Amino acid sequence: MNKETLKQNDLHIYWKLFTSMLTLSTFTFGGGFVIISLMQKRFVDELHWLTEEEVLDLTAIAQSAPGALAVNAAIIFGYRIRKLPGALAAVLGTIIPPITIISILSLFYQQFRDNRIVALALQVMRAGVAAVIFDVVITLIQNLIRTKQPVLLAVMILGFIASFFLQVSSILLILLCALIGLALSRSHTKKGGASV
Amino acid sequence: MIYLELFFCFFKIGLFSFGGGYAAMSLIQSQVVLGHHWLEMSEFADLITIAEMTPGPIAVNAATFVGQRLAGLPGALICTLGCITPSLIIVLLLSWLYCRYSNLDTVQGVLVGLRPAVIAMIASAGLTLLLLALFGSSDWHTLPLSDFREIECGLFVLCLFLLRRYKVSPILIIFGSGLAGTLVYLAAGLL
Repeated sequence: MNKETLKQNDLHIYWKLFTSMLTLSTFTFGGGFVIISLMQKRFVDELHWLTEEEVLDLTAIAQSAPGALAVNAAIIFGYRIRKLPGALAAVLGTIIPPITIISILSLFYQQFRDNRIVALALQVMRAGVAAVIFDVVITLIQNLIRTKQPVLLAVMILGFIASFFLQVSSILLILLCALIGLALSRSHTKKGGASV
Repeated sequence: MIYLELFFCFFKIGLFSFGGGYAAMSLIQSQVVLGHHWLEMSEFADLITIAEMTPGPIAVNAATFVGQRLAGLPGALICTLGCITPSLIIVLLLSWLYCRYSNLDTVQGVLVGLRPAVIAMIASAGLTLLLLALFGSSDWHTLPLSDFREIECGLFVLCLFLLRRYKVSPILIIFGSGLAGTLVYLAAGLL
């Protein structure tokens, strides 16, 4: 491949990153993990730019940094895909929809806020958004089971109980599971087995 | 200089907001309503409602809203830039570290422990959203079981089936569920 087509290929990837995030961000109703689910489907299942493990790693890192999860995830996914320009393309795509929508709405937000059809559509839409997250979670759990490591499955179940029922903060959860992972890999190497 | 003030106010919000949108919201309230008096409390309540009704992170929505009110579109852009600048600096540094060191055994060990934790957090977010859809509340120990909504439940099952069986695009699912659900409610005369 000569230099010219290489450059074109790069531009094509930045553009695709930008437009992917632009579309996903436009439809991310209901919090940061919704866009993570959508990004997982887009970048792993459709484009094959990242592996599932990478998505989970990068999400953990994005969640432990300050700031909005969607913005952090866009930066770190974009960087992993195409370094600094990739990060900038992804983050730009992520923030343009909310800026545009809020800028327009701030002019007549009272009508929008009090519109019953809008409120109804947003309420029923949650069922669809929940289905998208469940779809991704089912795939992730299936693949976790396939690794045949019951310890990791136990970590997931305990993590879920901690997060959903006990409302343990995500930072604390990440910290605890990082320690568990470290302890697991240490015990494996001591036994002389392959690292986890 | 209002632009500088706006930038640094939202820079602070971006830098100190750990742990999701609602944590950011109380930080925004203390900065924007109590600290700078840029918004009245009633306007802030409107802001929360709108942020929940529109896509995008709450912090970015709030930054745009406040900036737009105080200094028009340039204000909106500057506030948003202020809000994401700490993320850009910190997350880019972490990205660089990940790409450089993720192959080290110790780092791999930590990451292996983190993956199930992330699945747990996504599952927890999904269940919260599902309960909100089905019962209008996500508080599991005081769930209003009598408020169960059959239409949303049917919609959820149908959407999940379409996603698993036919790999329908998630964007289409989200948009379609909003449209279909609204039509069903209107047809049933429940509005």
